[in-house]
Amino acid sequence: MSKDIKIKKGLTIKLQGDADKTLSNAPRSRTFAIRPSDFHLITPKMVVKEGGKVQAGETIFYSKNNEIVKFVSPVSGTLTKISRGAKRVITEISIEADAQDSFKEFGVLNPTASGAEIKARLLEAGCWPFIMQRPYAIIADTEQEPRDIFISGFSTAPLANDLDFSLHGKENELQAALTALSKLTKGQVHVSIPKSGDSPFKAMKDIALHRVSGPHPAGNVGTQINKIGPVNKGEVIWTVAPQDLVIIGELLLTGKFNAERIVALAGSEVNTPKYYRTRIGAEVSTFIYDSGLKDENVRVISGDVLTGQKISPKGYLGYYSNTVSVIPEGDDYELFGWNKPVFDKISTSRALTFSWLMPNKVYDLDTNTNGEHRNFVVTGNYEEVFPLDMYPLQMLKSCMIQDLDEMEALGMYEVAPEDFALTEFICVSKQPHQQIIRNGLDLMYKEIG
Amino acid sequence: MGLKQNLHKLKEKYKGTKMAPAFNALHTFLYTPNETTHSGSHVRAADDLKRTMNTVIMALVPCLIFGIFNAGYQHYAAIDATLRLDPLGNFFTWDNFILGAWTVLPLVIVSYLVGLGVEFIFAVIKGHEVEEGYLVTGMLVPLIVPIDIPLWMLTVAVIFGVVIGKEVFGGTGMNILNPALTIRAFLFFAYPTWMSGDKVWVHGAKEMAGQPDAISGETILGSLAQNHEPIYSIWDSFWGFIPGSVGETSTFLILIGAAFLIFTKVGSWRIMLSAVIGAIVMGLIFNGVVDQGWIQQGSSFYGLMSETFWHHLVIGGLAFGIVYMATDPVTASQTNKGKWIYGFFIGFISVLIRVFNPAYPEGVMLAILLMNVFAPTIDHYVLKGNIKKRLKRLKAKTA
Repeated sequence: MSKDIKIKKGLTIKLQGDADKTLSNAPRSRTFAIRPSDFHLITPKMVVKEGGKVQAGETIFYSKNNEIVKFVSPVSGTLTKISRGAKRVITEISIEADAQDSFKEFGVLNPTASGAEIKARLLEAGCWPFIMQRPYAIIADTEQEPRDIFISGFSTAPLANDLDFSLHGKENELQAALTALSKLTKGQVHVSIPKSGDSPFKAMKDIALHRVSGPHPAGNVGTQINKIGPVNKGEVIWTVAPQDLVIIGELLLTGKFNAERIVALAGSEVNTPKYYRTRIGAEVSTFIYDSGLKDENVRVISGDVLTGQKISPKGYLGYYSNTVSVIPEGDDYELFGWNKPVFDKISTSRALTFSWLMPNKVYDLDTNTNGEHRNFVVTGNYEEVFPLDMYPLQMLKSCMIQDLDEMEALGMYEVAPEDFALTEFICVSKQPHQQIIRNGLDLMYKEIG
Repeated sequence: MGLKQNLHKLKEKYKGTKMAPAFNALHTFLYTPNETTHSGSHVRAADDLKRTMNTVIMALVPCLIFGIFNAGYQHYAAIDATLRLDPLGNFFTWDNFILGAWTVLPLVIVSYLVGLGVEFIFAVIKGHEVEEGYLVTGMLVPLIVPIDIPLWMLTVAVIFGVVIGKEVFGGTGMNILNPALTIRAFLFFAYPTWMSGDKVWVHGAKEMAGQPDAISGETILGSLAQNHEPIYSIWDSFWGFIPGSVGETSTFLILIGAAFLIFTKVGSWRIMLSAVIGAIVMGLIFNGVVDQGWIQQGSSFYGLMSETFWHHLVIGGLAFGIVYMATDPVTASQTNKGKWIYGFFIGFISVLIRVFNPAYPEGVMLAILLMNVFAPTIDHYVLKGNIKKRLKRLKAKTA
């Protein structure tokens, strides 16, 4: 089954420093770190103490609320430090890597095994956290069976990892993971790929393939869900990122949890932006300094520039990231920045901003907010970049006033914070849309979920 | 050490103090702040609220300049009617400009000083940044009042409008009524003799009333409401060589402003277009009523009812209201569908009030304020439509 989906509303942000399609092996990272904050609403319960030895794939902590959801080490080595923040919340778990990896053996499992077997294996081997659910955009509930599973086979985010390139040669793993996932739902595994291009998903079995075209956020799984089969109240759907499918597939085929990632190092501040083979939780400096940076004053982001996490240049690759973006910091003043004509920034208006004249221009944007935080004033502009059949402004406001009925009615079950990244980008009032939506989802989860 | 570093040091010094908002307001006027993103999207688009508001002000500047010349022109033309034979030739003169500047600029200055003063005080008391909303309001106010309005009245009205119309709700973005129109409505009901009639629209008319050299400055709407034939042609009112509130007379320049606002995507074309449609529909209905002979020539409504329907768009403040006031995003409907309904009724009700309330021949102010109040209700029903669709989907699933 193949269907064409055309996204009309949106905005593709073209930034300088797209990763060149060459792949290098990043130098092996000496230390690794897992940040529990990558796993939203999960309270870790440690299994391994400081000084303990772990193999790659061995559980280091599990979820306090659901003990069967395990989180495993991406590498074999010694757990050196459990860093804690306010209220003794664990902020980072550091692991010093061995020179050679030793993997915990889970045994080979045929992807056509029963759903229960596959589920048990994913949970045991720490692959469950790769499965996200909607509503609430959190790690999937182990009790509920999903209506459908959605996978976006491409990304339209700025400087994003080109999955056609980074998944090349992983067809077996992908197919194994897709077949296995199809056993976990009575519905279908929906995979979306771009209209053109050589997607590895093109010839896969056990899936419903959709071809999607249009500007960003066409590649966001949330957009695709809204067009293919929106989430209704009471339903649960799962989403998995393609790079995580590879790890799931490899687990089934080889019995090992191999946390390998092909990461796009991109951004205008990188000397030679390209792809690196590395691992979840690795020090980003291992490959950033291999490529070299143009300037000291930069923002390093684990993820893309719209939804990623700010990390220090000595920081670690996030659990779900397949892109590291480095852009200039914008911590400088700009004389009459509010009224002079603007040629070097993106804008959806034409208020003396001229990006509409140059639709193909590639920009070098920094992290300046280009203005101060204000109440919502302008209306009608979010709708231009928001392809979901919803009212974004009203939804944000319902989250701010914590009106659960209104949030539910307006379609809160369908969204994740990342769906509001573009409205946040163009927001004239510089409101933190993704944070507002996150808080709204958390409130709903607490009160209803 | 440049200005930038010095200001940065001052900013750090004032940080956390009561005066920080006041300082920041001046600082950010010169420099966009060095603020960087913390959560969510790491990059942001170029537009901020200052730029948006500034765009509206730019769209208003032609009306202001024209209003200055027109203030002088109307004064001299009322004394010497022969000037009207060649309006274009007698319009852009130094005499007109000097007299106009002398009368109009004080209105602008008072409006900004008082309004921004109130904003600063509230920002300091409440500890939030000074918001840009008043930059536009402060420009609109002098353009929608009669030329001779005493400055103390304007002061009182501006304080009332900013405090009651906006600050009590929480500042820009939170208000229900358009602040500029709140100010005008306050003047209108508190000091009606200064806001309507045939003696307020031309500089000096009020002072000279009753004297042998008295001048009159009846507006077109005023004449029509009293079933007089107006002395101005429709072209005069299109170009704007007519008496009226300071900046609203030239439909031509308002159209240019509208084009600019629509092009920059700052003003909503949906509201403007639907308001024009609303006014035309109401105008056509009244023309139809006259054609049917249901209204006799003697009726007090005859003058305005029989006015050709599209003239309504050119005379009075309707065009100005539609382009600059109805499109205020805060007080208008906030959904795109809602904007069509909201705009339509503004046009429709404006003409309705014009015809049926000859005491207040300009209806657009009241129409916009009325629709401001109804805008959330309109949005509520538009949202209901979206919500229903979602419920239907759910029903189809579970059924």
